[in-house]
Amino acid sequence: MPPVSADGYLGKFRREGRIVIVGASLAGLRAAETLREEGFTGTLTMVGDEPHEPYDRPPLSKQVLLGKVPYDHTALPRRRAIDAQWRLGVAATGLNPADRQVHLADGESVEYDRLLITTGVRARPWPNDLEADLDGVFVLRTKDDAAQLHHRLKAGPRRVLVIGAGFTGSEIASACRERELPVTVAERGPAPLVGALGGVIGGVAAALQREHGVDLRCGVQVTGLEGDPAGRVRRAHFSDGTAIEVDVVVASLGATRNTEWLAASGLGAGPRGIACDAGCRAFDVRGIVTDDIFVAGDVARSPHPLFGYQFLSLEHWGNAVAQAEVAAHNMISASSDRRPHVWMPSFWSAQFGVNIKSVGVPPMADQILITQGSLAEHRFTAAYGHQGRVIAAVTFDQAKWLDFYERQIEQAAPFPTDFPTVDRRPEGMQPQSAGFPDPSLPSHGPTVTLSGHSPADRRISFTPLRA
Amino acid sequence: MTSVALLRQITDYANRADPYPLYAELRKTPVVRDEAGPYLVSTYWEIHGLLHDPRVSSDARNLGAEAAEFRGQEEDPNLPPTFLKLDPPEHDRLRRLAMRPFGPPHSPRRVFDMRGELGEIVSGLIDGFRDQDRIDLVDDFSYPFPVTVICRLLGIPREDEAHFHGWADTLAASLDPVQGTSEEREAQLQTVRQARADLATYLAGLIEERRRAPRDDMLSAMADGHGPDGQMSPLEVISTSALLLIAGHETTVNLITNGMLTLLRNPDVLQRIRDNPGLAVPLVEELLRFEPPVQLLPQRTTLADIDIAGTLIPQGASLWLLLASGNRDPQRFHDPDRFIPERPDNQHLGLGSGIHNCFGAPLARLEAQIALTELVRRLDNPRLVEDPPPYRRNAVLRGPRHLPIAFDGLKP
Repeated sequence: MPPVSADGYLGKFRREGRIVIVGASLAGLRAAETLREEGFTGTLTMVGDEPHEPYDRPPLSKQVLLGKVPYDHTALPRRRAIDAQWRLGVAATGLNPADRQVHLADGESVEYDRLLITTGVRARPWPNDLEADLDGVFVLRTKDDAAQLHHRLKAGPRRVLVIGAGFTGSEIASACRERELPVTVAERGPAPLVGALGGVIGGVAAALQREHGVDLRCGVQVTGLEGDPAGRVRRAHFSDGTAIEVDVVVASLGATRNTEWLAASGLGAGPRGIACDAGCRAFDVRGIVTDDIFVAGDVARSPHPLFGYQFLSLEHWGNAVAQAEVAAHNMISASSDRRPHVWMPSFWSAQFGVNIKSVGVPPMADQILITQGSLAEHRFTAAYGHQGRVIAAVTFDQAKWLDFYERQIEQAAPFPTDFPTVDRRPEGMQPQSAGFPDPSLPSHGPTVTLSGHSPADRRISFTPLRA
Repeated sequence: MTSVALLRQITDYANRADPYPLYAELRKTPVVRDEAGPYLVSTYWEIHGLLHDPRVSSDARNLGAEAAEFRGQEEDPNLPPTFLKLDPPEHDRLRRLAMRPFGPPHSPRRVFDMRGELGEIVSGLIDGFRDQDRIDLVDDFSYPFPVTVICRLLGIPREDEAHFHGWADTLAASLDPVQGTSEEREAQLQTVRQARADLATYLAGLIEERRRAPRDDMLSAMADGHGPDGQMSPLEVISTSALLLIAGHETTVNLITNGMLTLLRNPDVLQRIRDNPGLAVPLVEELLRFEPPVQLLPQRTTLADIDIAGTLIPQGASLWLLLASGNRDPQRFHDPDRFIPERPDNQHLGLGSGIHNCFGAPLARLEAQIALTELVRRLDNPRLVEDPPPYRRNAVLRGPRHLPIAFDGLKP
């Protein structure tokens, strides 16, 4: 048991307090488990807008689409009982920090002594509402999305169009090819994964897609989706004037933070997420940190000491778990026992038979060096450099080396690296430009975003280009 | 403790039964240079770091002249090195080729599907204890079980065990550093060369048979495989199958024996696994931490100067990574000298880590889980006859040579 503060408030709170967690997915569940694990015995309320108990999302764009795992077999394993009051299928619609109340879609309110916000992100929909409503047009974020998309893929569509070649879009395309479905991928950037990993690695991702039979079209936009009289999507038009016949369209345009419900709350919440300090405490719009509202997971943006203390937003599974654990610990600990969340950004993806893993913040880089292996063989390790130091690394089917590069990032090791490694090839002798696109033109979106130093960032909004 | 003859103390047979106090001494200096040349690394995070460090090579050709001199071991000039002693990309290619018929992604069910077969072999061996009240676990169980398994997996006739047993023992012992006078060393090396040649000749004949008439075994698959990496050369098939044959039983024998020894020393844990066979999974992990069959990795070298834990290891140095010591590092494991089957966060080094992590790990785990569960379930009141038992000479592949166990009878 952590020590209890002298005034006894904390002890009483830990025994009888009320904690509300808004957002019943990975971060929310792991936070709840940590609260109980660390001895919180008060009431715990879990609010979630989806009707499902917490489930795991990474399989949705992989095993579920392949039919290897049924969509309803994705429930997150429970580490322990959490003895919570569940309010599932009810979205939170507002927050009143003065009264310490969360307002719910069913008109009720829940009071809290301390609040944890883990509302995550949702898929950015196809911007044209009429086209988005056509039968056969999907996004993929939830288990219901995955169930419907899987059902449709199973029926054997003549062609699938994936709009946006970020990680989710590329994984969907990969699943389609594994199902031997014809698939077109449209990416308005110069290559797949370019926002997350830059143009050099994007080139490898493009080669992978084409080798697996994807009709990959980069540098084009989808200008319109056309339906038949029955309202089923039939045709997609591109900015280069071409068109294709399609039965299924998946818009993979990145994610939007679920913060709209906080618009009137006075919290520092906006399209980039909710600003919080390294201890996961939310900032209000004045830049003052709150002491009873905590944030964790994809919806959080928090300053990171390794990356110039810029606010960092991460859509990473491991970050959601680690940040939830820190937030939960800090919620029930005295200030002196609180811990900072200094997670090393890391993620993985599986597509076209390749395991892709990355650590650090690649989009911050200006240069890249292939330190091991070969781009042409699609098996390599690359280090990213930012102003003379190692800032990130990525591996294609070489994940076992990544620990080493993580240490290099932590130690701010010099870039380009000046030591020999196993499997160094001629292409690994000279760094080259990493080839990140202009960040003011988001496409599928990177999964790590640096968003400046202001806790009250509300400036950035995404406006899709229309033809 | 000075660095004098640390290495000799590790290989000293007097420390075989309980090397852990020596490791505890060593950990006071995480990286230390032995007077004979190699750098000994004894702490968890330093070992873990070096196992994932691309500046560390497993290829002896990268040793500096001085380090190579000490090492005294030689590569077989007639056979290509195995992936154990290679770096990427050659290591990766050979390991992928060997993995194709063994594990994911191409053969994800191979080990899982052996479950029933493993259970039958174990039952058969234990049934053989009927009418006895005392066995030598090593000779009667821990050795024959994994040998039978690796023979079936590779496609080697079990009855040829009489031939290759001696060769395999010699080659397993050759992982230890060669010591003694130069005549003694030369004699040792000569024995190793002969064993290697004999085993290679034996396997070459078998592989040729499989090439002509393939069966559902790994020798056939490696001899006749084809995939994106092409196929192994005939000599690569020989050296790889020799590696798998030796590694497949010379390590598992120790895992099972160490396991039973540890259970008999901890009767409360023995009772718990008897009551709850599901405990076998974390128990084997704890066993791999507590008494790892591979105690140390003596064949790494540095491609660059590496600054670690305040010591600069120069390029070309020989590295000894003391896995068993890292597994007992109190900076990493709480109460490390206690055997706690339910230990949380048990990321031990017992199967290595990084690209050279144990190739046969899934099989070794399953063998140990099934063996230990069945032994404790069926042996009535098993007892150690002597403690410590007599150990094999090997320092690297450490384990008892015999483990006499007395018991009152067999349960069905």
